[in-house]
Amino acid sequence: MAQHPMGDLRRTALHALHVELGARMVGFAGWDMPIQFAGILAEHAHVRGAGEGPCGAGLFDVSHMGQIRLSGEGADAALEALVPADIRALKDGRTRYTQFTTESGGIIDDLMVTRLGEDLVLVVNAARFDVDLAHLKGRLPGAVRIEVLDSLALLALQGPSAAEVLARHAGGVEGLSFMQTAEMDIAGVAARISRSGYTGEDGFEFAVPADEAEGIARLLLAEPEVAPIGLGARDSLRMEAGLCLYGQDIDETTSPVEAGLAWSIQKRRRAEGGFPGADRILRELEQGTARTRVGLRPDGRAIARTGTPVLAGEERIGAVTSGGFGPSVGGPIAIAYVPPAHAAAGTAVSLDLRGRAEPARVVDLPFVPHRYHR
Amino acid sequence: MAATIRYTEDHEWVRVDGDIATVGITTHAQEQLGDIVFIELPDVGRTFAQKDEAGVIESVKAASELYAPVSGEIVETNAAIVDDPALVNRDPMGEGWFVKIRLADAGELDGLMDEAAYAAHAG
Repeated sequence: MAQHPMGDLRRTALHALHVELGARMVGFAGWDMPIQFAGILAEHAHVRGAGEGPCGAGLFDVSHMGQIRLSGEGADAALEALVPADIRALKDGRTRYTQFTTESGGIIDDLMVTRLGEDLVLVVNAARFDVDLAHLKGRLPGAVRIEVLDSLALLALQGPSAAEVLARHAGGVEGLSFMQTAEMDIAGVAARISRSGYTGEDGFEFAVPADEAEGIARLLLAEPEVAPIGLGARDSLRMEAGLCLYGQDIDETTSPVEAGLAWSIQKRRRAEGGFPGADRILRELEQGTARTRVGLRPDGRAIARTGTPVLAGEERIGAVTSGGFGPSVGGPIAIAYVPPAHAAAGTAVSLDLRGRAEPARVVDLPFVPHRYHR
Repeated sequence: MAATIRYTEDHEWVRVDGDIATVGITTHAQEQLGDIVFIELPDVGRTFAQKDEAGVIESVKAASELYAPVSGEIVETNAAIVDDPALVNRDPMGEGWFVKIRLADAGELDGLMDEAAYAAHAG
């Protein structure tokens, strides 16, 4: 029950609203953020559309994430030099998931990149914002302008009812497809709306001026399907969706290939290389890796948290990087790295829980099927 | 003698009746933990010294331990909370009890907090 120190924590534009709504606040990546409102299990079920009463749309404050705009001639080619994704082929109004990589092929951060005309908008993790910004400033040519969009709040509306609810205030939003972004109004306020999220559900992320964020949040929360959701349910939702959390499932030692993110490296970049760590990453794409990210389902009900050793017989073969209770799965779930020989779905392993070997088996990710609107 | 309730700094409660102490976690503790999803209890017959780890409580957020508030032998455990851990969230001071311990040293109770002291401790 450790409490984080409260000093010097940054507050989002919705901070007062969170407190008013009775959120339990915690320090997260330097920000004072809501971990839960009604309770993690209820909020998780609400977002999946499995809660009591009208549900299926959860409102998240993700304003702690960094928003950066790159502009100027050649911004796309310049960003390409830092990430393995094909950014030059990214069409206007489209979003791509990628990673900043190190020279040794590790991951500095994972991020979303959206093209808006000649400009690119990046959304990066709060905990890595300073590192990312220094990386960009040190590596991008002077012709590319870097603007931190700290006057914008970032909200997410996630769940099977999200499109219907948001369309009441932003007509036309229902026409967006997964990973498509448009600049349009929400209740008369200019917004950048992406059909994306990090819950495995259909939904949207939208950037609005910070001083308009509370009004928009209140408008959406007044809809019967919408409830405020904290970081606790965000974590259980993304874990069930099999998505990586930076600092746990990926870091500067893990490569995108080991992490199961090879799908985010498009064909041209595989052929041409030309990004940090390309030597290792292209070699791993061809020859495989020494370890790979998998899902685990413990047979029992005990929960394997981050750091739990994964065993094959007596031998330690890996460790859990994210573990917890999967509310929609109805039991414990874990994400871990294991050697490829132990990575096939159905493989029996065990988890060293407080000195006891608890049986578990490897399963395909995600734990809960994605419901993106493609 | 009427049953008395005492509290530990680790947010356990002890209700003593004769030489049997019923043990659980406080309302404050379950609120702090949030949704409880897994509980591990010791076997009947095991003995614990005061402050020994006597169980595991996992919430959606984190794992924590149940510490034996008093020394003694486990004479009964609450199977209902193993089957339905949320019972501890719903009724922590009643149906959500964890174990019953036969007191080895009733004098240990004097070192625990009464309700007023615990209320001040839990803030």
